[in-house]
Amino acid sequence: MDCFHCELPAGSGRRVSRLLGTERVFCCAGCEAVAHAIVDGGFGRYYGTRMQAARTPEEFKPVDFSCNSGEASLILERVTCAACLWLIEQVLRASPGVRRADVHFTAHRARVTWDPAQTSLARVIAALRAVGYDATPYGARRQQEADERERRTALWRLFVAAFGAMQVMMYAFPAYVAGGDLSAEAAQVMRWASLVITLPVLVFACRPFFAGAWRELLGRRLGLETPIALGLAGGFVASAWATVTGTGEVYFDSISMLAFLLLAARYAESAARRRAAAALDRLLHWTPSSSLAAGARVTVAPGERFPADGVVEGGVSSADESLLSGESRALAKRAGDAVLAGSVNLEQPLVVRVTRAGAETRAAAIARLAERAAASRPRLVEAADRIGAALTQIVLVAALAAGFYWGDAWIAVAVLVATCPCALALAAPIVLTRANAAALAKGALVTRSSAHEALERVTDVVIDKTGTLTAGRIVAAGSDCRDLAAALESPSRHPIARAFTSNEGESLLKVESPRNFPGEGIEGTINGRRLRIGNRAFCEAIAGPIAAQGNVFLAGDGELLAAYELSDPLRPDAQRLIDELRARNIAVHLASGDDPAVVEVLARRLGIERWQGAMTPQAKHDLVARLQAEGRVVAVIGDGLNDTPVLARADVSFAMGSGADSAQLSADVVLTGERLASVPEALDLARAAMRIVRSGFAWALAYNAAILPLAILGLIGPWEAALGMGASSIIVMLNASRPLGRAQPWKASTSSSRSRSPSFS
Amino acid sequence: MESLYLLVPLSLAIVFLIGWLFWRALAGGQFDDLERPAQEVLMDDDQPRP
Repeated sequence: MDCFHCELPAGSGRRVSRLLGTERVFCCAGCEAVAHAIVDGGFGRYYGTRMQAARTPEEFKPVDFSCNSGEASLILERVTCAACLWLIEQVLRASPGVRRADVHFTAHRARVTWDPAQTSLARVIAALRAVGYDATPYGARRQQEADERERRTALWRLFVAAFGAMQVMMYAFPAYVAGGDLSAEAAQVMRWASLVITLPVLVFACRPFFAGAWRELLGRRLGLETPIALGLAGGFVASAWATVTGTGEVYFDSISMLAFLLLAARYAESAARRRAAAALDRLLHWTPSSSLAAGARVTVAPGERFPADGVVEGGVSSADESLLSGESRALAKRAGDAVLAGSVNLEQPLVVRVTRAGAETRAAAIARLAERAAASRPRLVEAADRIGAALTQIVLVAALAAGFYWGDAWIAVAVLVATCPCALALAAPIVLTRANAAALAKGALVTRSSAHEALERVTDVVIDKTGTLTAGRIVAAGSDCRDLAAALESPSRHPIARAFTSNEGESLLKVESPRNFPGEGIEGTINGRRLRIGNRAFCEAIAGPIAAQGNVFLAGDGELLAAYELSDPLRPDAQRLIDELRARNIAVHLASGDDPAVVEVLARRLGIERWQGAMTPQAKHDLVARLQAEGRVVAVIGDGLNDTPVLARADVSFAMGSGADSAQLSADVVLTGERLASVPEALDLARAAMRIVRSGFAWALAYNAAILPLAILGLIGPWEAALGMGASSIIVMLNASRPLGRAQPWKASTSSSRSRSPSFS
Repeated sequence: MESLYLLVPLSLAIVFLIGWLFWRALAGGQFDDLERPAQEVLMDDDQPRP
């Protein structure tokens, strides 16, 4: 039976109480109290509308925020779905003394205003904690404010263009349908009205195009904004001249429609990009504390983010590292474990000794890499940019030539507008941003967007063994006297010691006078009995000859208590990686520096046909070079520590990313969650992304090739040109917004149907 | 046809009025959170408080 509130299995501490008409089971008193607080507050419908289970509530440290201004912005923590945000808003509004509470659903933030005479920020946050959420006040960063302003301005420009286009179309309509029946005076009134409306569209809404063209002019390079700006300005000036003099054609409707379509495509692009990069932004906007230095000790309360990378010195808790690794499970943290800046401490206060702070933290390194990825572009995209620049020159020359040849400025404008290769520029960036964000969510941080191109074509994967297929983390097999072994090994930080002490939740026996014999073992007294754990010779010294098999022994005076076999186990998803690669027709090579016999056993177990042991880094490098000489595209998966040369040689390199070492982070793709299954996922994403990029280019180029001759021949009027250009941009945008890869089934938590019981309807 | 001389300027005035109203709404933050209205339909508070 699962808990009604958090939907985790309710074990020994289960509690049952009556709620919302029936008996409900809770996993702990915390969930029970929170569920009752929610229902008693009158917010029981939360359970009917939520899509995700709530987080198990926990003890919070006492609130000590002081804020007397009566107004604060809060970052909401522990939110799992939109129903949580609704609940938070309701709870905030129902809290006495709160004047106003608005929850921003997209950003998971709340703005609260309260009466300082009646309540305090501490009480407001306490009200949230009573229903299982947490909040921390924050000062809006200047960057975020600027982004928000920019977004508003873009929306405002879009509105002006859209509304202007609609209205100008109204004024143009009589001229189109009535033809010659419209009296000259009436037509002139319409023209002036159109001019008045088009003026703000051009001056305000189209400013980004003119600003872009101006930058291109200053930089003395031809970009995509120049023909657009020339087309818009030329069309407007010619139409305005025709209006003032009362002669010739006006195309105000075409100008404002073009402005609207182009702005719509751009707004959609930036909105999609913002959505895709939301996870990345959370990482980028979270800055590690720079006031800490390595060696400092900090206490991190539950619910708080770790301010720096460090090692746990005291306390037992768990951490949510999903932001950094894509790993959604909470990870247990106890003394000796590493914690990462930016991850959230979930359960108990932890004392952490800082090892890396500020810009050296892993979070900062990931943010830098993600920025680098955004700055690099695949060769295909660079080629498209060059083609775009060349096309722009052709378009400008063709427009001038056609205009002079026909003696009609409108044909020049039509050529400029219709054939501008704008859609080319829209095709790639958003797809790559989306692919990078999707890969990061799956635990694969793409550090160069150019990697997608090689990922798509990979034919061979060379995998390192130690630290890659295996966890590089030793475990001890053998179940005898583990409590004694764990107690003896507990003070040691040696990797072998961790093989014994990694069991959770045990209370260790007390060891008296422990002594460490480096390279041999540890001696200590437990319950008055002298014990040794260590290698054979070290234990034989007190236990006498040992016959048992193993590499680590536990011995007392005159007797052997236990023998343990140490091994470095496979990662749980190693087999899945091999199977998935094979399903994609990718040849797998196992290249290891380890003993060939060990490598062979492993290769057979996983079904890898091509394997080689006892390889030096140089030999691995040569293997990759040989494959490449045969025309294969080679990806290398390594731990990034001792295979830097081979990673550098590969067409695309994956590194297991447990540390922030620069060698690991020089790989094309860093597996931040250390999940091997992220590799095939990254391959699929790259394939899907490159396919979409290519189809976008194909469309844009085909459109331009088809329209250019028509426009030069004077067969296309300004309004057809505007429609064609705008539609082309929008189509490329929509194409770029297609789902990446196979459609994923919509993931409603199975629990939502269960919790949506009839008693709430 | 004379009515056009009144109606067209009138429509211009209305256009700028609507533009100004939209600007007010935008500056007031009405379009900041476009996800919320979609979710709010599902959470419409249509039950009387107990």
